[in-house]
Amino acid sequence: MKEKPSYPGKLIAVEGLDGSGKSTQIYLVKRWLQSRHLKVFFTEWNSSSLVKDATRRGKQSHSLKPTTFSLIHATDFADRYERQILPLLRAGYIVLCDRYIFTAFARDRARGVEQDWVANVYDYAIEPDITFYFRVPLEVSLNRILRGRPELGYFEAGLDMGWTFDPYESFRIFQGKVFNVYEELTDSYGLTVIDAEKEIPEQQKEVRRIIKSHVDLKSYKLPYMPRLPLDLMFDTEAEMDNAADL
Amino acid sequence: MPYTTKKSDFFSRELPELEGRPLAGKLIVIEGADGSGRSTQIRLLGRWLESKGYAVNQVGIKRSNLAGEQLTLAQKSNVMTNKTMALFYATDLYDQIVNQIIPSLNASAIVLADRYIYTLMARALVRGAGTDWMRNLYSPAIEPDAVFYFKVAPDQLLERYLNKTRSLDYWESGMDLGLSKDVFDSFLKYQGLIDEEFSKMSGPHEFETIDASRPVFAIQKELRNKIKSLLE
Repeated sequence: MKEKPSYPGKLIAVEGLDGSGKSTQIYLVKRWLQSRHLKVFFTEWNSSSLVKDATRRGKQSHSLKPTTFSLIHATDFADRYERQILPLLRAGYIVLCDRYIFTAFARDRARGVEQDWVANVYDYAIEPDITFYFRVPLEVSLNRILRGRPELGYFEAGLDMGWTFDPYESFRIFQGKVFNVYEELTDSYGLTVIDAEKEIPEQQKEVRRIIKSHVDLKSYKLPYMPRLPLDLMFDTEAEMDNAADL
Repeated sequence: MPYTTKKSDFFSRELPELEGRPLAGKLIVIEGADGSGRSTQIRLLGRWLESKGYAVNQVGIKRSNLAGEQLTLAQKSNVMTNKTMALFYATDLYDQIVNQIIPSLNASAIVLADRYIYTLMARALVRGAGTDWMRNLYSPAIEPDAVFYFKVAPDQLLERYLNKTRSLDYWESGMDLGLSKDVFDSFLKYQGLIDEEFSKMSGPHEFETIDASRPVFAIQKELRNKIKSLLE
């Protein structure tokens, strides 16, 4: 991973297991920053319009293998990185990433792909200013996801690895492997750990405190006022309260 | 047929999809620009090998079920950065490696590749990709048993290419590189740059350079002789 060059923007990423609550937290961060009229951009894993159809095709036909699963996500990331993340950092935006390259490291390694090969593929990506790792015990995240007996995707459950035919059992095995890699990455990359067993507002408070200590928010003000009045930016009153400066 | 053994230290990694099984078949790669006669020769080789009782499978660039079609569409949109393009091409090729080449070689078939990692590396390198980055990307690929590089001088290539297509393709002319606003000049310059990359790879990767300006049958004869010795 590259050291951060001197771009005016800030890069904040969230990582964690499915069910760790990281998407909720980054969403609340986005709302908070927007409510303060800051230059903010949000991007999530696996969302490039250029690559989407290929990924869908590979998933539907179950033809993705560990190496191609890795590469199609690397293609997706490169597209978002070079056309959005990097230009917006250079333009002085706070860029929020729901999952970053650590997701690739964790999932690919859980599928048996060599760690340093994957790290080399992503070697151009800059290190975020803050990477939050929402740490939650494996059993807790598994319960959060599996409680409602949801229909799990073939690859989501790791069924492509052929460990077992039972999607729930397979998901447990897969998430266990992903969890172990995350724990290792936390040490080697110095990820910022958030206790994701705490209540949502409590976690959000901690996240905002850390962001404020790293980022001089005033300097990311939008040069103009948003077109919508503030109260129309939120769907509910509760959301607006949540977004208020804690 | 003897099992494939690794020769070059370029292919330093092993794909997880190999699962330790021996690759009993042969992977034969034909490289060369559009208009160098690759597909004609591959068609003839395929027929010949089948007549000798070998199972033959063919792969090529942008032919994967996973990414072939999408890659073509993405190129038309002209918004792909070089890195994204390099990775999309890699996705396309690795899909064929894990779903076509490995199973075929496991089943002792002969795989004829109408271009392989070398074209993809050359294209990315002339577009500024780092050598180490490209090396890493393709280090887990399956090492070919033979690579035939069809060489044609750029001006002759242009003649053959135009004779086939009647117009110059944006990508095949390297117009995205801004070498020249004139598509004709750009084609010559671009193919020259690609050829330089091939020349650099030729030694370390033990390419068999084929003079592709000769008649079809002469080239086919040479290829068959070389492949025969590979199959013994």
